[in-house]
Amino acid sequence: MAGTTVNPTRMELTRLKNKLNTARRGHKLLKDKRDELMRQFLIMVRENMELRRKVEAGITAANRQFAMSKSSMSEEAVRVAFMAPRQEVQLAEGDRNIMSVEIPVYTLKTRTPDKNDIYSYGLAFTSGDLDDAVRELAEVMPDMVRLAEVEKSCQLMASEIEKTRRRVNALEHVMIPEMEENIRYITMKLDENERSTQARLMKVKDMMLENAHHYKEREEEYAEEEMKAEALTEAEEQAGR
Amino acid sequence: MLKVAVMGDWDSIYGFGALGMDTFRFDEMNAQTAGKQLEQLFHSGYGVVYITEWLAERIPREIESCRSVPGKTVVLIPGISGNTGDGIRNVKRTVEQAVGSDILFGGSDNGNDDR
Repeated sequence: MAGTTVNPTRMELTRLKNKLNTARRGHKLLKDKRDELMRQFLIMVRENMELRRKVEAGITAANRQFAMSKSSMSEEAVRVAFMAPRQEVQLAEGDRNIMSVEIPVYTLKTRTPDKNDIYSYGLAFTSGDLDDAVRELAEVMPDMVRLAEVEKSCQLMASEIEKTRRRVNALEHVMIPEMEENIRYITMKLDENERSTQARLMKVKDMMLENAHHYKEREEEYAEEEMKAEALTEAEEQAGR
Repeated sequence: MLKVAVMGDWDSIYGFGALGMDTFRFDEMNAQTAGKQLEQLFHSGYGVVYITEWLAERIPREIESCRSVPGKTVVLIPGISGNTGDGIRNVKRTVEQAVGSDILFGGSDNGNDDR
């Protein structure tokens, strides 16, 4: 592999093979995680969009109503009316785990159970439009809480999906091919070494046999004897003539 | 228990005060301090902060930094001056971040589902 040096040893090969196995398993798991997260995300983001539209419409309508009420009341009167709110809301926070993403679950808790505690003013000096406006806003509130929950969940899931997708891609397109390449390199190098060792051994074996049995000398002797025999037979033939 | 806050211009948020949320008012003069206030709120027991689109436009960095942090929920709401569409755009951005491109609500700016 260009840019990296790999030791072509058996130990490295085993290590790389184990690493590749782990990487493949991790890749499969992460891919599954990404797919499931995406499925859940798509369901949730649709709900998010729906809720958002509903909440925005509700708040806009309430705002319109507030504007109406302000037209029939003085600014001071409105301010005085909302100076000391009677109701108080808090959220009980739980969490839910979707594919290891902790998403919040909010439950709305009001200080008093009385629904009419949202009207923090006497009815004598305020217009009826103000009551309507506050009521409309109160009606949107459960959706607003749910919106907060869903929107945050979507954001958290989106960033988790992004992270997971990067990991999956890195494993698929960088880590795994690189390891496969390295493994191929090491195997080829080891095979090459093996072949050269074998060739060397054959050569050494030849040399050792030569040393033990003196094949070459014997061959020379044979050749000499044969030449002598030939010369002898030739001489006999000439003599015979 | 988490407290709930609403940030924005007074006209847009005083109604939420009646419902029992804590209101924090900002105007053109002190909108820049809203970012700091937002951080402080999360450190002092608030879990969800509703913020008007008008104010959110002025502190985009602070809102962005809360995006992927669990426990810091910032929700945009339309103000008295109307809906700028930032809330919907935010949802679309979330889809883009997750999917790579906005395949769900793509194209239509008002967020109508194009399925």
